[in-house]
Amino acid sequence: MELTTIWFIAIAVLFTGYFILEGFDFGVGILLPVLGREDRERRAMINTIGPLWDGNEVWIITAGGAMFAAFPHWYASLFSGFYLLLFAILVGLIVRGVAFEYRGKGDTDRWRRNWDICIVAGSALPAFFWGVVVANLVRGVPLDANFDYTGSIWGLLNGYALLGGLTTLLLFATHGAYFLHLRTTGDLAERARAIGIRLGAATAVPALAFLIWTQAAYGNGASLVLIILAVLALVAGLALDYTGRSGWAFAATALTIALASTSLFCALWPDVLPSTPDAANSLTHENAAATEKTLGIMTWAAVVFLPVILLYQGWTYWVFRKRVVVERIPVA
Amino acid sequence: MRDWGDMDVLDLARMQFGVTTVYHFLFVPVTIGLSLLVAILQTLWRTTHKTAYLRATKFWGKLFLINIAMGVVTGIVQEFQFGMNWSAYSRFVGDVFGAPLAFEALVAFFLESTFIGVWIFGWDRLKPGLHLACIWLVAFGTLASAYFILAANAFMQNPVGYQLNETAGRAELTDFGAVLTNPVAMAAFPHTIFASWLTAGTIVVAVSGYHFMHRRDLDVHRPAMRLGILTTLVGGLGLVLSGDSLGKVMTATQPMKMAAAEALYQTTFNAPFSVLTIGSLDGSHGTPIIEIPGLLSFLATGSFNGEVQGINDLNAQYQGLYGPGDYAPYIPLTYWSFRAMIGFGMLAVAMAVIVWWFTRRGRLPEHRLFWPIAMWMAVTPFLANSAGWIFTEMGRQPWVVFSLYETSEAVSPRVGAPTVALSFIGFTLVYLVLAVVALRLFLKFAKAGPPSEENAIATSSPSDDPDKPMAFAY
Repeated sequence: MELTTIWFIAIAVLFTGYFILEGFDFGVGILLPVLGREDRERRAMINTIGPLWDGNEVWIITAGGAMFAAFPHWYASLFSGFYLLLFAILVGLIVRGVAFEYRGKGDTDRWRRNWDICIVAGSALPAFFWGVVVANLVRGVPLDANFDYTGSIWGLLNGYALLGGLTTLLLFATHGAYFLHLRTTGDLAERARAIGIRLGAATAVPALAFLIWTQAAYGNGASLVLIILAVLALVAGLALDYTGRSGWAFAATALTIALASTSLFCALWPDVLPSTPDAANSLTHENAAATEKTLGIMTWAAVVFLPVILLYQGWTYWVFRKRVVVERIPVA
Repeated sequence: MRDWGDMDVLDLARMQFGVTTVYHFLFVPVTIGLSLLVAILQTLWRTTHKTAYLRATKFWGKLFLINIAMGVVTGIVQEFQFGMNWSAYSRFVGDVFGAPLAFEALVAFFLESTFIGVWIFGWDRLKPGLHLACIWLVAFGTLASAYFILAANAFMQNPVGYQLNETAGRAELTDFGAVLTNPVAMAAFPHTIFASWLTAGTIVVAVSGYHFMHRRDLDVHRPAMRLGILTTLVGGLGLVLSGDSLGKVMTATQPMKMAAAEALYQTTFNAPFSVLTIGSLDGSHGTPIIEIPGLLSFLATGSFNGEVQGINDLNAQYQGLYGPGDYAPYIPLTYWSFRAMIGFGMLAVAMAVIVWWFTRRGRLPEHRLFWPIAMWMAVTPFLANSAGWIFTEMGRQPWVVFSLYETSEAVSPRVGAPTVALSFIGFTLVYLVLAVVALRLFLKFAKAGPPSEENAIATSSPSDDPDKPMAFAY
């Protein structure tokens, strides 16, 4: 296989891994005011992701760095072209990261309320705008001969992309609800289950519309199969959550995200950023790529380090596998 | 001076890079230095079983976390910013520059971010030895992270291991080993690490000093104070030695930067180093008020009689090589930032020496201004670090990659000024608010002091008791 193909897959894997992992911690953040009825419950919710969210976020930093190294043009066009979307995502990631760390270190209600706002907004903004970013990737944007985006921010806020954003927002919220169902106990877990069912049903509508639109406008044989499987996984998750199988329900939304994200990258292939209407300016996995030399070095680095990373990150999930019990949260 | 209304994308993008980078680097050295000190304190606790060390670990661990949260979130901006504001630069260098950034994420950042989470929440879940290993992995991760970032930056100062592909219009990697062993990186890495130790050491001295002043928990703060003083002094000594080698590498690779550091216009043998200058620095009528003969020659070449090339001669030489233009950076800024870096760094070392002298063998200084002054000195390493980076980056101008690519070509060609202005103002406002919050939180917990003995012990042992409160919770 060509190195550029391998790296297209690697970037897709990194983004998909990021959406699966940070997807549930975005979801927990979004559901904070909905499920956390009093402070101790909200703290329990935050503590389900406390040891994990930072490691999850590194997936996007790695995706960004790997894209810079393996596809400099893709990185340059995407980040400069989708400027304000990424700005919104960055502001969200900044305030929520600080909020997790600082929320518990103050003692007034106002302090905690303000940080809660940061957590909710800082989770919802990236959850929504990552969907907008990926949808625009698949849809294509006007590029000039230097591969620079020639449109404005309004061109990125089109119906298809907004539907994509709504889909990721709801899907990540559902993923977070199943995660909370899995990682908490008692009344909180029961409410997480209940809201998970409603959210899962609510997600199905835009997700179905978005995926059908994707398949109709940009799809191919592979994406069709993946989209069908993604929808089945979403429905299965709903049924599993309903029957109280929290672990399997969470696995099902993880699979939904994996399949849906993969279907989008399949629809994107062999481009990495299509140009519309002037298809001649499209960035492909070939014309966007770094040299064989750089790709070769990156391949070795990924082969050596990714398994190690998966091993120790998997180990942290094992260490913190026990459910968080609201009553065990120390009194502030 | 141009009107603010005339700011173009380039100005705004440069200001944004300056603000976000200096801001990010307020937290980075503290993270590098404190992760090591917390690891040392926890190791001392494990080996001596003295509770004072455990309390010190918990105390400094909390202050470390307040800082690292800011370092992590502002770091993401740094990575995205190259693509957002500097897309032409990213296309030009991506083949060479991207790999060290990707390595940083793969090798260092995953390690730091994963194990810091395990360390924070793992006090009652892991065996003590394994828990200790986590903080050492974090400390190692911060070092590896600094190394890869400095290797990337070194390519901008002294491009190596590449060839120019004229057709593709970019620099292409030929020797990754050369990129990773760039002499600038090899000199800048120890310099940065020693600066981080100086910074963290000074903070430990200042915070411990507060508790010395109030005569509180001295059993906890006295060993921390000793460790802080030692770290500051080792950092200071290391900065002198590594700074000396960095100066020589800089003279060899970027002679203009060394000339700009002294505002030396004419090529000079036995060049002096002026501590301060009155008047203008444009080469016409500056009056140095204190001069050390031959010192600049020594810094640049290792010999007091060595030749240091002047700005005018270098400019003429570069015009021959790279075409017409002005190849000198903005001299007043390089001149004063170089002095600010050295001066503030030396103040931090002096503070550590003075504190050591007045607290030696259990003494406690009596003068009521002693500790307040010592505590305020904690700002000096931050000023020195910022000045050092401003000197390094501004001294390279007009180049973004020395001798290859000018900063004015590097900016994103299709991003409008309003867009960059919006993100610049947005980041600056968010950063300002967070700076106030982080500083107040840091001071609050610094003043609160270490946890009680009972609390420290109760929250640091593995437990399977299902009803026991979590040892640590957000």
